[in-house]
This record gives sequence, C-alpha cells and structure tokens, in this order.
Amino acid sequence: MKMQEKHIGASMNRVDGHQKVTGAAKYSAEYELPGMSYGVLVGSTIAKGRITGLDTKAAERAPGVLAVVTHLNSPKVPGFKPVGKDPSQPATTGGPLKVFSDNEIRFNDQPIALVVADTLERAKHAARLVRAQYAKEAHQTDMKAAAKDAFLPTSAQKNPKSPMADYQRGAADALQKASLKIEQEYVIPTEMHSPMEMQSITAHWEAPDRLTLYDKTQGTIGTRRDFAREWNLPEENVKVIATFVGGAFGNALHSWPHESAAIIGAKVVNRPLKLMLTREQMFTSVGYRPYTWQKLAMSATPDGKITAISHESIGQTSTYEEFTESTLAQTRMMYQAPSLSTRYRIAALNVGTPIWMRGPGEATGAFALESAMDEMAHLLKLDPLEFRLRNYTDQDPERNRPWSTKYLKECYQMGAERIGWSQRKLEPGAVREGDWLIGYGMGVGTFGAHRGSAHVSAQLLPDGTAVLQCATTDIGPGTGTAMTQIAADALGLPPEKIRFELGQASFPQSGSQGGSSTVNTVGQAVQDACLALKDKLRELAGAGNPAFASAKKEDVALASGYLTLGSNAAARVPLADLTKQPGAALVNVESKPTGNDGQQYSMYSFSVHFAQVAVHVLTGEVRVRKLVSGADAGTIINQKTAANQMKGGAVGGIGMALMEHAVIDDRYGRYVTKDFADYHVPVQADAPAVEVFFVNQPDYHVNALGTKGIGEIATIGVAPAIANAVFNATGKRVRELPITPDKLV
Amino acid sequence: MNQFQYVRATKAQAAIDVVAKDPNAKFIAGGTNLVDLMKRGVVTPQKLVDINRLPLAKIETTGTGLRLGALALNSTVANDAQVRAQHPLLALALNAGASPQLRNMATVGGNMLQRTRCTYFYDLTMPCNKRQPGSGCGALEGINRMHAIFGASSTCIAVHPSDMSVALVALDATVLVSGPKGDRRIPFGDFHRLPGDTPEKDTNLEAGELITAVELPASPFTKHVHYQKVRERASYAFALVSAAAALDIDGNNTIKAARLALGGVAHKPWRLTAAEQVLVGKPATEESFRQAATVAMQGAKAFKHNEYKLRLAPNTLVQALKTAAAA
Ligand SMILES: Cc1cc2nc3c(=O)[nH]c(=O)nc-3n(C[C@H](O)[C@H](O)[C@H](O)COP(=O)(O)OP(=O)(O)OC[C@H]3O[C@@H](n4cnc5c(N)ncnc54)[C@H](O)[C@@H]3O)c2cc1C
Repeated sequence: MKMQEKHIGASMNRVDGHQKVTGAAKYSAEYELPGMSYGVLVGSTIAKGRITGLDTKAAERAPGVLAVVTHLNSPKVPGFKPVGKDPSQPATTGGPLKVFSDNEIRFNDQPIALVVADTLERAKHAARLVRAQYAKEAHQTDMKAAAKDAFLPTSAQKNPKSPMADYQRGAADALQKASLKIEQEYVIPTEMHSPMEMQSITAHWEAPDRLTLYDKTQGTIGTRRDFAREWNLPEENVKVIATFVGGAFGNALHSWPHESAAIIGAKVVNRPLKLMLTREQMFTSVGYRPYTWQKLAMSATPDGKITAISHESIGQTSTYEEFTESTLAQTRMMYQAPSLSTRYRIAALNVGTPIWMRGPGEATGAFALESAMDEMAHLLKLDPLEFRLRNYTDQDPERNRPWSTKYLKECYQMGAERIGWSQRKLEPGAVREGDWLIGYGMGVGTFGAHRGSAHVSAQLLPDGTAVLQCATTDIGPGTGTAMTQIAADALGLPPEKIRFELGQASFPQSGSQGGSSTVNTVGQAVQDACLALKDKLRELAGAGNPAFASAKKEDVALASGYLTLGSNAAARVPLADLTKQPGAALVNVESKPTGNDGQQYSMYSFSVHFAQVAVHVLTGEVRVRKLVSGADAGTIINQKTAANQMKGGAVGGIGMALMEHAVIDDRYGRYVTKDFADYHVPVQADAPAVEVFFVNQPDYHVNALGTKGIGEIATIGVAPAIANAVFNATGKRVRELPITPDKLV
Repeated sequence: MNQFQYVRATKAQAAIDVVAKDPNAKFIAGGTNLVDLMKRGVVTPQKLVDINRLPLAKIETTGTGLRLGALALNSTVANDAQVRAQHPLLALALNAGASPQLRNMATVGGNMLQRTRCTYFYDLTMPCNKRQPGSGCGALEGINRMHAIFGASSTCIAVHPSDMSVALVALDATVLVSGPKGDRRIPFGDFHRLPGDTPEKDTNLEAGELITAVELPASPFTKHVHYQKVRERASYAFALVSAAAALDIDGNNTIKAARLALGGVAHKPWRLTAAEQVLVGKPATEESFRQAATVAMQGAKAFKHNEYKLRLAPNTLVQALKTAAAA
C-alpha cells in the first residue's frame, strides 16, 4: 500500500547524532561493571606447529594478575567440538577456532593465553611475560604458492546448485574460437576492515548459567546463538547488547576467538571481564578481505558485442574454516554474454579465517570484470560507456527472467553528465596539465537486493510515544534514523514521538546487519508493525465505538492525541484511553517476503562510479580529483544518510584502489603491516568531493517500501573505475592492486 | 610496559649527569616516538628524564644565522617568521611530516633522534640488528619496499624517517650538544651514521649527550626551494622517497649554488654534494636537473622490493628542482 510519505526521503538528521558527537553513545568497551577484570590476549609467534611449553609463572606473579588461561588450564567449553579431528570431513570445515582447546597453532598471533588482571595496564604488562616454546612445522602463507592446491569449496562439492559451483552457459569453446579477445590476470591483496572501533567484549556471568555480553557484533541474535551453543545454555539465558557499533564493514559478522576467550576468562575469575583487541591484533584476529587471484578472458565481435566470458578466481581461506564469497556473481549477470563460464576455488593458508568486507566478493570480482570491460573497449577502440551500453541486459542472462527493476542506464547517463565524460579522450595519455596526466574511468557495481525475515514490536505508550524494538544493529549507516522515518510515516506521528530501540538480542529477532539488507528487511518489518499497531488501536477503539469496529484500517489515523477516522469526522477516541491498560497497545509482527516475486524476478541494486584522476608523470602519485557515484537502490529513505553511505563506500574504494594492502613475510608467516603506519587507509586529503546521486525509483517487488539496499554497491566498482582512469591517464594498466607509486613510476 | 622512574629536570647539567651515569636512563622530549617504542617493548628504559622544562625552546637569529632550540616544537619552527623568511625549505619539510597534532608535541631534538620505522625493528618476534644486535636483519631478505638504496650494510638496510633532517642536512646545519665532557658542535652531515657493523647506533651522539640547539648558517636559499615528499597517500605517511632542493639562481637563469638531499633512501638523511656541483653554473632547466639526478644516483643499490626507488628517487629530485626553480 502507498503511504503518504512525509519523512521517507527527507534528509533527516541522525536520531543518535547528538549522542555520538558528544560521547554519550556507549560502545561495547565503555560499560563499567562492579568488579570488572581486564583480559589481554597473548598471540603465537609461529604460524604452524604445536605449543610444547608454556611459562606463565612470571605473568601469574605479576601485580594484579587474577589468572592466566591457556590450553593447559582452560575450563572445558561444552560446545567446542575438536577442530579438524573428524576424519570423514575435510579439515577445512572444522568451523571457528576453538580457543585454548588444544596445543595446535594454525596461524601467527593465534591466541595462546589470556592474561586477566584487575587493571588493563597490569594485564598488558603481564601478557608480555608469558613465554612459549613451539615445535614448528612448515607453514604456508603464500597464495602464489598455495594456488596450485586450490579446491572447490566443500559446500559446492556437496551441492552442484551452490552459487560457488562451476557455471557454464552457451558454448564451452566460444572463447577458443574467437579471434577478438583478451585474457588477463588480476590480483586483490589482503585488505583489512579497519573500523575505527576495535573489537571489544565485556563478558559477565550473572549466574553459572546466565551470561551477559556487551559485544561488538553486527548480529546480536547470531552472537547469542553461537555462545549459547558453546556453553550449552538456553538462548534466553544469554543477553547480547550492542547498542552502538563503531563501524565494522563486515568484521563483526562472525564470532571470533577473542569473544570465546573473554567468556572463558570471565568464568575462570568469576568476575565480569573486558577484553579489547589492540590495533595490531585487529590485523590477525577478526577477518579480512581475502587475497584473491582472478583470470578473466573475454571475446567480442568487432562491433562491440561480447560473445563469451570466462572468469576464474582463487580466494584465500584458513586451514580450519572455509570462507567463500560471491566473487563471480556480477560476471554471470551483468552483461549480455551468450557464452560464459565461472570457476571459483579457495586455497587454505596458515592464516585466520577471512570474512566479508564491504562489497565483499562482488567488489573483488568487479575489479576484474570492470577492468576487463575497459581493456576490451580499448581493444575495440570504443568508449567504455558505449561498450557497456552495447552489452546492456534487459533481463537477467543468468536466470533468464526479468529484473524486478533496473535503472542502470539512467545511472550511466546521470553519472556521465556529472563527471564530464564527454571530455574523456579515447587514447590514453592524451590529457596533461602541468606535471599531471588526467584520465577518466568508470566501473559498475551490483549486489542482490536481499530481504529476509525480521520481527519488530511496536507499542504506543500513554504519553503518546511509539516505541519500536528490534534486535538489529546499527554499525553506522543510520539504521535508527531510517526506521524512525519509516515509522513516522506509517503511524502518522512526528519523528520525535518515535523511539526505535535496537542492538539487543532480547528484542524481537532479526538477522545481522550485513549484505545491504537491513532497510529492505527491518524497514519493511517496521512499516508492517506500525500498520498492525494502528489496526490494533482501531480494534481497541472499536470496543467502545462501533464506527471503528467496522472501519477500514487505512482510514484510521493518529492525530493530536486522538485516534480518528478519515471518513467520519465525529468519530474520535482519545489515545490515552487506548493505552491505559498496560500492554494493550502492543503488537509484535514478523515480516518476510511473501508471494513468489523472488522466483519470478531477479532483484539487484546497481551502481556506477565515475572517476577523474591525475597521475604525476615523475612520481607516479595518483590523486582522485573527482568521484561521481550513482545508485539505483530503490526508494531512498534518507537522502543524507544514504549519501553518507555512498561517500564512505567510495572512500573505501579509493583505499582499495590506491593504498590498502596487508603484507605477510612468508618466511615467518607473519604480517609486517600491522598498524596504520604500515597499512594505509585514505585520509581526508585522499578523498575528493564525492558527488552522489540516486535514481530513487521504488522496487515494489522487493518490499512495499520499494528499497533495494546501498551499503555494498557504494564500494563495488569504485576500484576499477579508478584503475581504468589511471589507464586512461597514463596508458599503464595495473592489474594488481593497490596502484601505489612504485607501479607507475 | 615495564615500570620506570620519571624525573623532571630543571637544569641541563643535572639531566646530563643522570643520563650519562645510567645506561638505562633516557631523555624524553615530546615523547611521540619514545613512548610508542616503550609501549611496544622495543626500548625499555628504566628512567625517563623529562627535559621539557629546560630553557631550550627559543628560536633566535644570531650573528651567523639562525639558532633553533632543541625543544622548539616542530609546529613552532614551521610557523616561525624567521624560519619562513630565512629557511623556507625547513618549514616545508616540517609540514610534510606527521600530523598537526604530532608536530605540536614533537621537538627539534626528538625529531632528529626518532628511530627507524622498519617493521622488523618494531616486531619483537622478528630479527633486527638495530634492536637486538646480532639477531640478524629481517628486512635484508624480507619485505623491503621501504628500505635503503644508499649506504646500507649487510647488517641493516633501514632508512631514517625524519623529514626535517633532510632539510637540515641540505642547509648545512650544525648540531650543538652538551655532554659529560662538555659542549661540542657536530656538522649535521656527521650527526647520523651509516649502519656499518653497528646499526644499533643511529647517531654519533655519546652517552648522556644532550642536544641543546641546531644552528643554521645564513643562506641565499630563501626563494627557490622545495621539499617533495612521495608517499602512498596524500598526507600522513612516511616517505617512500623525499627530496629537498634549494637553488640560488641569478638573473640569467644560471644556478649559482645548490643544496640537495634525499630522504627515505638511507640510514641517514642523504646529502648530494656531487649532484650539487653538477648544477653550479648550469641553466636551471629540466635537462640540468636530470644530469644532477643521474649523478645523485651513482652507487645506488636496490633490494628485492625497492627497485622502484632507483627510478622514483631521481624523478623526485627532478620534480623538487623543477618546483624550486619555478618558486
Ligand atoms: C603516527 C606518526 C606519524 C609520523 N610521521 C612522521 C613523518 O611523516 N615524518 C617525520 O619526519 N616524522 C614523523 N613522525 C615522527 C615524529 O616526527 C617524531 O616522533 C618526533 O619528531 C619525535 O620528537 P619528540 O620530541 O616527540 O621525541 P621523543 O619521543 O621525546 O624522543 C625521541 C628520542 O630522542 C631523544 N631526545 C629527545 N630530545 C633530545 C635532546 N634534546 N637531546 C638528546 N636526546 C633527545 C629521546 O631520548 C628519544 O630517544 C611520526 C610519528 C608518529 C607517531
């Protein structure tokens, strides 16, 4: 149904903005509990082998130390099943690391001890005193060497329909037969999420079977499930609180060893325990975008129609847990290629497990695909935008069904105008301003418009405030703000009268904040809950006023303290009457996709990014002068927070394109980049003005709000846009990110 | 962090006495480098002698030039009117380093004595002869993108990270120190050392010696100067390579004098006297700059990952000279 939209689409300020900028917002490390203890993890200094000796005496004797937990003295965690010990299963499917459960070392800086003390400083000091001896074994951290042992993920071995399975359409030999073709290899290095807030957790056993966690997580429900399972507890005995999350970009979508360790430590000392990772530990402990090798071949007709594509990729994973992502998804559906094959493999290294990082696999895959599109356009002497238009798909070539909505052409046109694409020269190296070469490039992104199921409760309080609750988190996009706008429109209340509460597992259940799905899923649940609340109020009013009993719910409105009926000016009931009885004006709604739109349509968000770069002729420095990022993301709930998402995603793309690379010294299997002096993320001076635009056309196949999701497409396609612009500026094609000066000079 | 004692010195001689007698004592100025290293356990002094109250923060014009007190803040020096008028190259180099917050804490003396940023020096689990003599050089056969192309030895290939020092070595500065044996003056070019067999020693400063000031002789390089710093992002990163260039150009576009130095290429700020000589008497053109850069690169040697510096360094020098000439 169509709402009268007053707040949806507005550039409303964040409901929690004031709290955030004044420091009132509490992040997971900021909860103080009586008797708090502090945990510091000690990491292994080898990448593979066994611990043969541990000397914890000095640490135990250090002032203030309450306990040193290791595999030798850790209490048994009932839900830990031994990793890799079931011979019928591949070792790589062991699941998350079971911290302190054995003496095996699987990656460098794996936690080998947790030092707990009465202050953080004392715990830190004592942690330095722990000594370990190892029986070292030969490790493998070099993807170039490990690629030969890459394998089809177990999920795809078991299920040929898995999106990770090999894919083929059209003629298998189309590429072989083609004469006009390219084939290139592309590499994305390991990248770190690097959120501002480091991972932290406070674990508190309120009773031997009751656990409260103040935790940095993107999914309170998932965290509750994981730790309830580890400790064999009923889920309702585990409280998870993540009211504010200081950025995560995917790295809090998984439960990590430091969380298990904190819970174990709190049990041992029988006090609440706070553990915050150091920035150095953030490089080894909470996932990363995996190093990925890709090979892409493409053939086309002389007039610019793609005839075939083959795209292979090998991503890194750990030796104990298989991580997969949709690196090849965009290739299968983006362009009209009659013959197409994809082949996805992973290689197991002695490293921690990767985890989705903003735009996840799609951003990795788009670097290869969108670079290759540029390479092919160059070979054909075609404008890359024109080349994309010639291969535009009006329906999904992978599943042979219509798009729910697709306004990518509109994005192309709007973006090209804004960047001044007409000034782009077909020949690279043709534009020079002083010592700088100027170039333009574009890249396209897409991501599934996912909607899952979410529960939301809505209650009208006697003071006229509507309180909504949902377990979802807000890792920064402004979820609380968007939900307030949706609720304000659905209830017809001013936003000040809405309170949206999130970030607790005890609230009505929803999935994790990830995959650009929160507004699609929770947003719709909020709208549904508000409409149900209105109907509930109508029903309550109907008990004393027959006009309401027979009224249509669409006609009911909340106005200045009354429930009113649009069709009958005389009928009005004070809201105070309806909220008198506690809990009366309360609904709890589950909202999920119904019907078969999901089978009939292919649902995707789309983005296009245009970059203008300058490359210094002598020093090889690249400066992004201008970025234009546009999205077909369905209805835009809040112009301001949505643009904020796009800008943040674009800056993340600049990092990916120009500077981010985590490097391991393979002799030690240990990162040499483990702080922000060695691992660079963009600073303000690297971020140009990012011009953002939205098509803002609803997609009612996804949900009644018409939203499609923004978070991922904001990053997907940015890196190749910049790489393509560098090529246009210099004639140099860099196929291994990042594009640092050494590659251009 | 280990327990340590903290004392605040009010007299230079008292501070010197403490540090000269106790090998485990260290001066602390802004603390922006020392505290970082202590937190990581790279250095473990048992006593810190805070010198911030010593009267060594003045910037003054003397009969022979400009004197910078050792405790003058990097931001103060960079914004000082005398510095900007007489030695604009120094102000440019300072402002290319770190961030405003750090420059507000960092001092002249501390900046010169900051330790290398080599990752093997920072990671206690890896070998590093500078941190732990005899343990080996992790970078030599390891990840050495950031490392030296000049003057390295088989024991250490680290580079000195200071931007300020690159300008100071080019400008013929002199370091004034007071020590247990009295005062002495060290030409800036002799202050930092090459690694040789003793990479643990960054400088020729002796135990207990306190830097009191840096003197800059009056110079003609007030206009045609530039500090070109190439890094992996637009700001707030250490140099891959940097170049300081100062030219004195006459009315016929002929170079009367030149001062050149490179950063990010050696264990010390790398003065280029031979290249300077090439420029004298030549027209200030890109061709002359190229010739100087070619001479500057004589003797350069790359390792596995820093071969790009053999191209980047001369290019950066040429770019610095071009910008200086046009200034
Ligand atoms: C994040 C970050 C980024 C940075 N980026 C850059 C950069 O881009 N370029 C750059 O050049 N630098 C950079 N720096 C380094 C910075 O310039 C130095 O940390 C700073 O200059 C050190 O000065 P300080 O006064 O804080 O020294 P301190 O940390 O106090 O001391 C450093 C050393 O000098 C000794 N010392 C200090 N004063 C004296 C004295 N008068 N006599 C004898 N010994 C003394 C101390 O004992 C100690 O060993 C960066 C630092 C950080 C933390």
